[in-house]
Formats: sequence, structure tokens, C-alpha cells
Amino acid sequence: MSMTNTTLTYTYADLPELMGLMTGDEKHGPAATSTLDVLWVLYDRVLRVSPDGMTDPERDRFLLSKGHGPMAYYAVLAAKGFLPVEWLPGFGSYDSPLGHHPDRTLVPGAEIGSGSLGHGLPIAVGTALGLRAQGLDEPRVWALIGDAELDEGSNHEAIAFAGPAGLDRLHTVVVDNSSATYARPGGIAARFEAAGWSALTVDGRDHEALYTAFTAPHPGRPHVVVAQVEPKSA
Amino acid sequence: MDTMRDRFAPVVSRLLDEDPRVAVVLAEIGTDGFAEAARRHPDRVVNVGIREQLLVGAAAGLALTGLRPVVHTFASFLVERPFEQVKLDLGHQDAGAVLVSAAASFDWPAGGYTHMAPGDVALLDTLDGWTVHVPGHPDEAETLLRHAVAAGDDKVYVRLSLQSNGRALPVDGERFHTVREGRSGVVVAVGPMLDAVLAATEGLDVTVLYATTVRPFDGAALHRATGTAGTDVVLVEPYLAGTSTAAANDALSDVPHRVLGLGVGRRELRRYGQLEEHVAAHGLDARSLRGRIGSFVGAAAPA
Repeated sequence: MSMTNTTLTYTYADLPELMGLMTGDEKHGPAATSTLDVLWVLYDRVLRVSPDGMTDPERDRFLLSKGHGPMAYYAVLAAKGFLPVEWLPGFGSYDSPLGHHPDRTLVPGAEIGSGSLGHGLPIAVGTALGLRAQGLDEPRVWALIGDAELDEGSNHEAIAFAGPAGLDRLHTVVVDNSSATYARPGGIAARFEAAGWSALTVDGRDHEALYTAFTAPHPGRPHVVVAQVEPKSA
Repeated sequence: MDTMRDRFAPVVSRLLDEDPRVAVVLAEIGTDGFAEAARRHPDRVVNVGIREQLLVGAAAGLALTGLRPVVHTFASFLVERPFEQVKLDLGHQDAGAVLVSAAASFDWPAGGYTHMAPGDVALLDTLDGWTVHVPGHPDEAETLLRHAVAAGDDKVYVRLSLQSNGRALPVDGERFHTVREGRSGVVVAVGPMLDAVLAATEGLDVTVLYATTVRPFDGAALHRATGTAGTDVVLVEPYLAGTSTAAANDALSDVPHRVLGLGVGRRELRRYGQLEEHVAAHGLDARSLRGRIGSFVGAAAPA
């Protein structure tokens, strides 16, 4: 693989090396980032977005709410041609558009800037409402949040509203790496279900299971996929 | 007389009819006024329940899809409670919205401090790019609301209050308006403070400027006024005292000058009662203002 040839097609197997450009490490196992597989399956098989379609009103919207540790996100965006691979080594530097939290005005392909937790899902609710109000029935809205991010009360404002409002174009993927200090087994899906969401819990490293859960029908209801990965502390 | 807030729902309901970009976002407060508009535009009148973080976050999402959200609740719950959403979901995301507040500094004194927001404009001053309208009459509120919604994707705050002047003046959503000209000082009356300022300065040889758009601050108008009226400047604002003092200082940075910032005091009164009682308690009634303005301009420039 040539790192400077952006016409190359990158695969999942290239992601660790792309991440290595940001961190200086030679190889990253998938465990190095909890979001890697979820992001790859979404961008590779689920989201209807492309680098030249970022102003298309009909595009799907992916909102990375959990802005911490965005290397996997940048690697996937680079692999899919949204941003040049050449940008990756500058990660976090003054002149780089790629910070430790993404800025939507700097990162091609990023729908929102994030970093402060608990902002993405409420914005996703508004995005879903805005698309509906304009009769744009095709685009789906996705927000990626972390299990500990659910501590933030703003998420619960969004969850409790979206279910009864029947926002069926709204999707959330919760990457659960057991990083919340206070949690109960099954608690994440139960909270969404109690608010009227469709909920599935799957292995967050199993691409087929993720794809099946991401594309499961959920008429009339918003949909959450809880993607379980190795505990952060492991 | 009807209130500024009485005008809000009818004006914005008409804008919903006229402009398919306009959407209204509410958090229970103010929903009655939009009942009819919600029937006509069910997808563009959204009530998120008593959820103010979602109120602002959802407005940002609407804006990111190309709509022009008009967001309304009491000032304390619109600017103070979800301040980080105002800072990030609108500012950092580079998304526009029109925030329209009610209840102002102490419109409902019997409701107590939880429903008072004298610090709203000062808080917005910590952020970049906000236009702030402070109408002083329901007619002006109507004009400024239309101006705010029509302002592209700008971030605009419209501060509605029960406090009002007896008659409306022409407002353009931009500049200060010269109401009276004198030679011994400039008094800037913001929004509903004008009537009290005019009564307080009756017979004083001062220029009175009327400000209904305070951000951006019309520093050019203030500077111009000091050319004939001198550089003693009094600001009379219906929110936290001194909110615009820095803006006035910046406008006059090339000349020696003095600025007195009058407005709502910082100290919590822990009083209920009537609006007029709170106006007086903060020294913003005409009689108190006359004493404070008179001694300030008189001390520096005896007539």
C-alpha cells in the first residue's frame, strides 16, 4: 500500500497502519480503539455518504458524538477518501485540521464537532426533525456515543423525546467498553427500550452481527445498537 | 397595551407561513400561542418537552439541515441553563438560530430569582458572533423579530420583556437612534429603559441615544455623539449593570472619557412583589436615574 496514492482502495486491514500514521505506533490491534469496527461497518456498508456528496441533502448523516480518541474515525474517513491520508501524520499539531476532538468546520466528512460529551444525540434529534420537515424521507441519521457518555443527562433528554416522537430515521450506536463507573448489565438497551426505541445488543467486533443489527427494520421507532467490546480496563 | 410576547407567536406564525425555512422549537413554555401554527406546520413547530439542553441541541440539528430555527423559552432556561449548548451546538458547530427569550431580568418578580436572568446578555458577550436585540416596545419587538429571522444563518438573541416604553420608535436592527441632543454628556438608553431615561434627563443638557440592537454595539454612533456632547457617557441597561461598559470603552479608546454603567445590580434581592418595585430597588426608576445621571455629568461638566 502506498500511503501517498489516494486513488488506492483501502480495506479494513489497512486501518491499523493508517492509525499508526497518527500515533507513531507501527501496528494497532482493533482493541486499541473501541469504535474501529463499528465505524468501518457503517462507512463501508451502511451509510449512504461519499466524499463528493457531503452537500447532498439526501445523504445519510453520521454524527460522532464521542469525540475522544478520534484516530479510528480519521482513519476510516481517510480510507474512504473523505480526507487525504497525507493529513494523518500531523494529527494534533497546530497546523493540522485533525485535532484530538474533531471540528466539523475543519474535517471533510465530519457532520459535527465533538469532544464535550452528550451533544451529538440531541443534535441528531434535530437533524432528524429537520430532514422530516423538509420532506427528505430517505436520509438516515446516526449518532455514535459511548457507554460512559450516557452519564450525561442531555442524552436522556434526547432518548426520552425521540421514542414517543416516533423518530424512526434516528439511529444510535452505543459503543460499550464498560467504561461507565456506574452501570448495570443490560441497562443500556433497557433505557432505550423503556423510551420506546427498538434496541439490539451485539458483539461490537463482529462485522456481520453489526451489519445485521444496523440494518434491522424498526418501523415507527428510533433504533439503537449496543455494540459490546472489550472492557476499557482490560 | 399588549406585550412583546403577545406579538411573538402571531409574528412567528406568519413567518412559518411565509418562509419554509422557519421552524419553531419550544420546551413547553409558549406552546399555546403556536397551537394553530402547529396544526398548519406540524413538522416545523416542535415542542421537546421540559428539556432545555435538547431545545438548543435540536435547534442546532435543524439548522444543520438548512432550516432557520426560532427557539423560545424564559431567558434563564434559554441562555443560562443550556449555556454550553449555546456555546458549542450553535457557536462551535457554526450553526445559526434565533433565540427569543421572555421574562427578562425580573418580569415576574413574584416568581423569584429562579425566573430572573439579568445576566443573559453578559453571558452571550463571552461568545463570538451574536447579534442581540433588546426591543423597548411591542411594535419594535415585531420589527426586530422579523429582522432576526431574516438575518441569514446569523446567531441572534431577541430579549422580550414586559417592561416597555409608551410609544415605539423606528428601529433598523442595527444602529442607535438619537432621541435628544445636548452638550454635557451622552446617555445611552437600552430598550425599555428609554421612558425612564427621558423623564430622568428632562432639563439636563445631555444627548440621549436609544439602543435596541446592542450587539454589535454601535460604537460609531456613540463616538459621533461625544463630538458635541462630550465624553461623559452613561449607559442605562435593563440587564446586569455594566454589561456594555467594555463596548463603550472600546468605542472611545481614542479619547479620554468616563463611563457610568447603570443597570440591574448583581446582588440577589430575595424579594418578590411587583416589577416596579424591582425597577426602583435597582435604582432604575426615573427619580433614581435623575440623581445618578445628574451627579455624574454634573460633576465633570457643570452647565
